Amino acid sequence: MQLILFLIFALLAVGSAVNLLWQRHPISSALSLIGVMGSLAVLYLLLGAEFIAAIQVIVYAGAIMVLFVFVIMLLNAGEEERTRRSLFARFLGLPLFVLLLAQIVYVVYKPSAGDLPVQFGGFIGGAREIGRALFRDYLLPFEVTSVLILVAIVGAVVLARSER
Amino acid sequence: MSLLGITVAKTVVVVAVLMFSLVYIQWVERKLIAHIQRRWGPHRVGPHGLLQPLADAIKLLTKEDLTPPHANRFFFLLAPFLAVTLALLSVAVIPFGGDIQVGEVQTALQITDLNIGLLFILAVTSLGVYGIALAGWASNNKYALLGGLRSSAQMISYELSLSLGVVGVLLLAGSLSLREIVDAQAGHHFGVLARWNLWLQPVGFLVYLTAAFAETNRVPFDLPEAETELVAGFHTEYSSMKFAMFFMAEYANMITVSCLATVLFLGGWHPPLPQDWALVKYAPALVFALAAGMLFYHSGGARAGRQRLSMQVFGALAALAGAAFLLPRVGAVFSPLFWFGVKCGFFLFLYIWLRGTLPRFRYDQLMHFGWKVLFPVGVANVLVTGYLLARSG
Repeated sequence: MQLILFLIFALLAVGSAVNLLWQRHPISSALSLIGVMGSLAVLYLLLGAEFIAAIQVIVYAGAIMVLFVFVIMLLNAGEEERTRRSLFARFLGLPLFVLLLAQIVYVVYKPSAGDLPVQFGGFIGGAREIGRALFRDYLLPFEVTSVLILVAIVGAVVLARSER
Repeated sequence: MSLLGITVAKTVVVVAVLMFSLVYIQWVERKLIAHIQRRWGPHRVGPHGLLQPLADAIKLLTKEDLTPPHANRFFFLLAPFLAVTLALLSVAVIPFGGDIQVGEVQTALQITDLNIGLLFILAVTSLGVYGIALAGWASNNKYALLGGLRSSAQMISYELSLSLGVVGVLLLAGSLSLREIVDAQAGHHFGVLARWNLWLQPVGFLVYLTAAFAETNRVPFDLPEAETELVAGFHTEYSSMKFAMFFMAEYANMITVSCLATVLFLGGWHPPLPQDWALVKYAPALVFALAAGMLFYHSGGARAGRQRLSMQVFGALAALAGAAFLLPRVGAVFSPLFWFGVKCGFFLFLYIWLRGTLPRFRYDQLMHFGWKVLFPVGVANVLVTGYLLARSG
């Protein structure tokens, strides 16, 4: 049962990701990305990480992607125009893609003694454990990240402000 | 009976009750608004317009289903489905009562108890905005687009306050499961006052309630469909069943938000006074008896014989329901549901009452209020609650 669900949502995630690149209209691409996020949330759920799954939906699908869709609607962005592919993409694209694929295959099949395979429902960690990890063990990285995001927001405001 | 069978049975019952309330909350709303404005409201179809929802449904189903020529067909169709599905989804985790015993089966009055129940509801409501935003965009109509944009901006802004209003309750209960949150509110202070979160979190409650009104796009926050400015807002181009689906989504969201307010702040299905008091024990029977008495009393004054008969029939039904509550078996199952329904009904009444009372915000007022008033108040409430809890250990 879990394996079937995993296969369905893994395929959905990959399919949505491919569709994201395939679609020409920004809204279709954005919605495909939401499909990817949603499928990932279900995969987290299968691993037993309910909290992370819920946060994935709330933060990514519910907040960040809404802003994406909002901006696309606000700018009334039209369909993407396909130009002739650049020389760079034509000659280096395929070799680089094969290289990436080879890397992924190597990492996945690399024999290593210490790694245990992931189990369905094997992740133990509710809100309490994650909160403890974030605010006790990784407090400094957590705070530094939040400052980094603040810097990014200030930067965006500075850039967006019109010159007087 | 297997777990699957019980779950299916519970789902069928909950969906049936939800659909019935969805349909009749609109009748109640039209009646109440009418009486606030000193009108009769629906009064022609059936006794006191009771069959009006049926007439509306037939009307909506048989109307021509138009799709504007330059609309994006796929998203135009997807939007109402998305809206209504997401609106109906969140009722799955709401606990309506404690454990009950029917025959040999013991089960909770809840479709499923997730340990992240509250987050599930927040996630589903946060996705609800896509239905409206996509509807506005796919219609290829400037009024619809403006309505969709407004609603996205409004829902993003007020979602923060909604979550912040809830955080105080989470801190008090120490759990994300809605059932555990209700259980934490069982019992009474000094043997009289119910241990509701409302008393400890009055600010959080007000923040939640205000944000919830904005999230459901209701008066005074109904700017996405402000008809004086935007024709009908995001659903301008929708007709027939697709329009009805947006309508259903709006009312389903209202019901969800009211249920959640009941669960989080008003102690769910627990009665307001100690259960062993005679007044509380017989309250459901008393309320139904009162309703029956009023119906019989007023049926004497009814002019048409048809109306007199319908009032007597409903009076007899109310009397029967009241008598049923006196049976210990039935009372044990339905008393929690009665209290839940009363509290939830209060919030729904509040929705309608405010619609009959308040004018609509201006858009800049809406944004100003959301970000500069509600949001800081919510943050302050979380900080104060956290500080006090940490001090008391």
